[in-house]
Amino acid sequence: MSVTTAFDLRRHLRGGGHSTGVWAALAALILFGLLRYENFGGAYNISSFLNYNAMFIVISVGMCFVILTGGIDLSVGSVAAFTSVVAAYLSPLGIQIALPGAVMAGLTMGALNAFFVVSMRIPPFIATLATMLGAKGGALVISGAQTISIDWGSNFTSLGMGKAFDLLPWTAVITAIVVVGLWILLEQTSLGRTVLAIGGGEDAAAMMGLNTRGAKAFVYTLSGGCAGLAGVFLASGFGAGQPLEGIGWELSAIASVVVGGTLLTGGLGSVGATVAGALLLGLVFNILNFENGRGVISLSAYWQMVIRGAFLLLVILLQSRLSRATQKELS
Amino acid sequence: MTDLIEMTGIGKKFAGVIALSDANLSIRPGEVHAIIGQNGAGKSTLIKVLTGVYRRDTGDVRMAGRDLTLTSAREAQDAGIATIYQELSLVTLRSVTENVIMGYEPRTRLGLIDWRAAHARTRQILTRFGVDIDVTRPLGQYSTAIQQLVAIARAVSLKAQLVIMDEATSSLDDQEIETLFSVVRGLKQDGVAVLYISHFLDELYRICDRVTVMRDGRTVATHDVADTTKLGLVTEMLGRDAGEIQTAGLTALSGGHSDPGPVLLQATGLRTRTGLRGVDLTIRKGEILGLGGLLGSGRTETARALFGLDPLISGQITHHSGAALDNPATAITRRIGFLTEDRKVDGIIPHLSVRENITLAILPQLRKGGAIDRAREREIADYYIKALQIKTAGMEQPIRELSGGNQQKVLLARWLALEPEILILDEPTRGVDVGAKFEIQSIIRAQVAAGLSVLLISSEFEELVEGADRIVVLQDGRSVRELHNPGLTQDALIGAIAQHQDSEVAA
Amino acid sequence: MNAPDQGRFALDPARHGAGIALIVIVIFNLIVTPNFFQPQTLFVNISQMATIAIVAMGMTLVIATGGIDLSVGAVMALAGALAPLIFLSEFAQANPVPGLIAAIGLPILIAFCCGVFNGLLVSRLGVQPIVATLILFISGRGLAQVLTNGNLQTFSHPSFSYLGTGRVMGLPFQGWLVLIIAILLSWVVARSTFGRQLLAVGGNERAARLSGIPVHRVKIGAYAICAGLAGLAGLIVVAINSASDAARIGNLMELDAIAAAVVGGTLLQGGRAPILGAILGAIIIQLVKYTLLANGIADEVALIAKAAIIIAAVYLQQARKE
Repeated sequence: MSVTTAFDLRRHLRGGGHSTGVWAALAALILFGLLRYENFGGAYNISSFLNYNAMFIVISVGMCFVILTGGIDLSVGSVAAFTSVVAAYLSPLGIQIALPGAVMAGLTMGALNAFFVVSMRIPPFIATLATMLGAKGGALVISGAQTISIDWGSNFTSLGMGKAFDLLPWTAVITAIVVVGLWILLEQTSLGRTVLAIGGGEDAAAMMGLNTRGAKAFVYTLSGGCAGLAGVFLASGFGAGQPLEGIGWELSAIASVVVGGTLLTGGLGSVGATVAGALLLGLVFNILNFENGRGVISLSAYWQMVIRGAFLLLVILLQSRLSRATQKELS
Repeated sequence: MTDLIEMTGIGKKFAGVIALSDANLSIRPGEVHAIIGQNGAGKSTLIKVLTGVYRRDTGDVRMAGRDLTLTSAREAQDAGIATIYQELSLVTLRSVTENVIMGYEPRTRLGLIDWRAAHARTRQILTRFGVDIDVTRPLGQYSTAIQQLVAIARAVSLKAQLVIMDEATSSLDDQEIETLFSVVRGLKQDGVAVLYISHFLDELYRICDRVTVMRDGRTVATHDVADTTKLGLVTEMLGRDAGEIQTAGLTALSGGHSDPGPVLLQATGLRTRTGLRGVDLTIRKGEILGLGGLLGSGRTETARALFGLDPLISGQITHHSGAALDNPATAITRRIGFLTEDRKVDGIIPHLSVRENITLAILPQLRKGGAIDRAREREIADYYIKALQIKTAGMEQPIRELSGGNQQKVLLARWLALEPEILILDEPTRGVDVGAKFEIQSIIRAQVAAGLSVLLISSEFEELVEGADRIVVLQDGRSVRELHNPGLTQDALIGAIAQHQDSEVAA
Repeated sequence: MNAPDQGRFALDPARHGAGIALIVIVIFNLIVTPNFFQPQTLFVNISQMATIAIVAMGMTLVIATGGIDLSVGAVMALAGALAPLIFLSEFAQANPVPGLIAAIGLPILIAFCCGVFNGLLVSRLGVQPIVATLILFISGRGLAQVLTNGNLQTFSHPSFSYLGTGRVMGLPFQGWLVLIIAILLSWVVARSTFGRQLLAVGGNERAARLSGIPVHRVKIGAYAICAGLAGLAGLIVVAINSASDAARIGNLMELDAIAAAVVGGTLLQGGRAPILGAILGAIIIQLVKYTLLANGIADEVALIAKAAIIIAAVYLQQARKE
């Protein structure tokens, strides 16, 4: 390892240091957008940006908890698709039923993952891959493989269309509440600390007498719940339950978490940096759209997938140096 | 005074195999109590029964006169028993404070973690130990010694009445051990009992009040340390007659100290990131070169560097062929073998058969147009199974089904099949039963007589002193002295280590 | 394979489980499913099973190293999108034979390179296999769609279509292909040095390295073979349909392949590579699909059934370990 890496690592370990990069990149990108495009800082762009990215932020934060324990959740996209259908079916009953109902559906899927991983000891990626299949099948079965329109007469529409205090979309407000709640949970409660300890060393955490099984069950259930909420946002944003959506969402979520400086092996990371990572990924596409609009470049939707993969590759290349150095130094 | 812990008639079986039978242990409040025994004597099983990791089959455990049945690490901590394992028991990625308070966090009125109080409490305990560090930093940034102290700090923070220390000093240097001991003495003064498990008999005399000896799953005896002699303890541990040990020696390695042959490999000034700070040694044909020193002195690291596993920062390894030994594959083509210390982690391929495990390092020699020459492979496997008397149902039996000693023989066969010129043996007889141990030692001696050169690492001084033609003494990553046989004694070896340390202090 | 090896595998409960499951499914179908005992049914199932089996055999090698490859479906799409682009090009129209060779060889070569890429990430950079292969899982299919602009390519090219519709001695060509690949890979695993190195790396990577085995090269080899086979499977799918839709080729194939490998007795933690087991697994997966379909149960429910099979198979593995 080079001297530079060791130096970076020390900063990284000192805490806080590891997420400065993502915040700096975020600030730079915003500045770039503001200077280059006229409407970038306009109310319309900001609110549609937040509205569209709210679901990605929510699943990324859920994914962050799972990855902090050293696990992974590949089912988030399918679960969101499934719960978007649930939300659409429940929408005639109003947001007060549809939202908790869909989140409950997500929590149930998450609990299923938790059962597979914790009780049946199935490796997380297999368990969540199976749930991904199951949720996808479930979404297609209950929707008859059709998009299910929401009830436009109910107050469910206010979620995606209406704004809180005429300022921010409701989705963004709910997301902010969830993010703050989970941030406190991770930083200030023993459950959160247990999650971090599991990623740092599950055996050690167990020997310290921590309830590692409970904490693991919690993170998968939480991730399912977050995906459930994302499904509600999805249904409200598109005005319909989307059984075929959600492909590649797990990748976006993983990328956000990793961009935020969370180690894929767990143990180190934060909610705030994950949100920054999600915003950064969203901004990249926002700016690409602006470029498309200016006619400088023309990228089809298919390129987005390629770029997403390339972006993840870049992040992994950067992180693999860091993580190898960490393991070396801390083992 | 009532005993703090009273374990009587403890029995434990694993899948029908007896691990403990009629084991007894009593610990008084505020005493430092040692458990000694060979590997497999049942020390760690007994501890795990006490701490609730394993459930006992028979017997009683009482704590301060009351029945005690623990089923989890949490319950043990709540009952006032804290265990400090050699490794694994801390989360190095997380902060010092978290490692001390985890699971028992001070709370604010809102039910959230009171970080200020947590840091303060951690700092206060560590200051009492004479340690002044930034408790908000990840634990992994600090040395193993500090980490051990943090583990003790956790025990103190939990108000433990009994602290169990499992091989706590094995990776510490002398000064660090001294600090650890002063902390242990402090615990003792506060009335905390310490259960101390160690391989180093010397430490026992420095710190322990009483000692319980275990052998074959039984507790053989408990003595006041002051009433014992080292030879007496060894006799009890091994279950052999004291006279026999003195006359016949403890190992089968002895004899046949040969005239030194030509130099095969010479290392000068080895420095690595793994902790070597200047190691010089020479390996000659047909001799056993011992590496002496405490754990953590750089013995395994020296072996790894010679085998091309860890890159050198500076220094030189000169092989007589002129080849640069910079990775295992090259070393192997130069007929250097490396029998590693940890059989499970670095040695066996569990799902593969005995045959496949034996021929693993010589695959390139068995290659015939991309395929493995089956006939030759069987021949070789068959030969070594017979030559080393490996007890197996057949060469197709998966190695994981063999006993520890036989697995070790298979691994030895893997390297002997290479017909090596130099064989590095890192703790070749650790964790195998006495019978297999003598067999393995005899095999090594026979090979050396036939011209093999061996670099021997062993924590058992007997094995080194009686087996090696020369011993290079390592300390703190440096080679500090070279001792020669015949005429070597254990006292001389221990003296060589101690002497150097004294002179260092003087300088 | 020699006798002792077989004896070892025959004692494997996972293998018995799979065999019993297969018998149960066949008996169930004989009783319940109309026209099950027909040559036509057999042909359909063989041609469907073949792609799963081909990918599953590659997956078995990757899992044997202790890894996983999520990108197989995307690599299939990439190869499947490339082939028509090549044989519909002017060059291939003018030179049919070299054109056909290029249309088959080039996509497989590119798939192979995808595998090398995966292998490099996993071995040299030490990225977790799930994450490393997730990159191509998403961007591989994206690339395929970029290449074809997301269009469905239809074609009529009898010699290329032979891959998917040809018959040899009355049985589908791809069935024979499976047989050939299976024999080849079984030989590789049991007899070749590469096979032995593969099992050693998967069984205990550190020990393998200490024994002088080129761990990185072995891993890259496993991922490359797996991706190359996925490329071939992509071509077969396109040949069967005489059409190429980058969005659909090999969709969810990674799941089928993992399921087939695991049902066939491959240990997820590595160290074992039962090639014939993978084929058995592929047959079971295909028959379950067919059974549900033939009895009028929706495709979507089959997804859920597949999820249940995966969980059950892995659970049995874990339970056996303890």
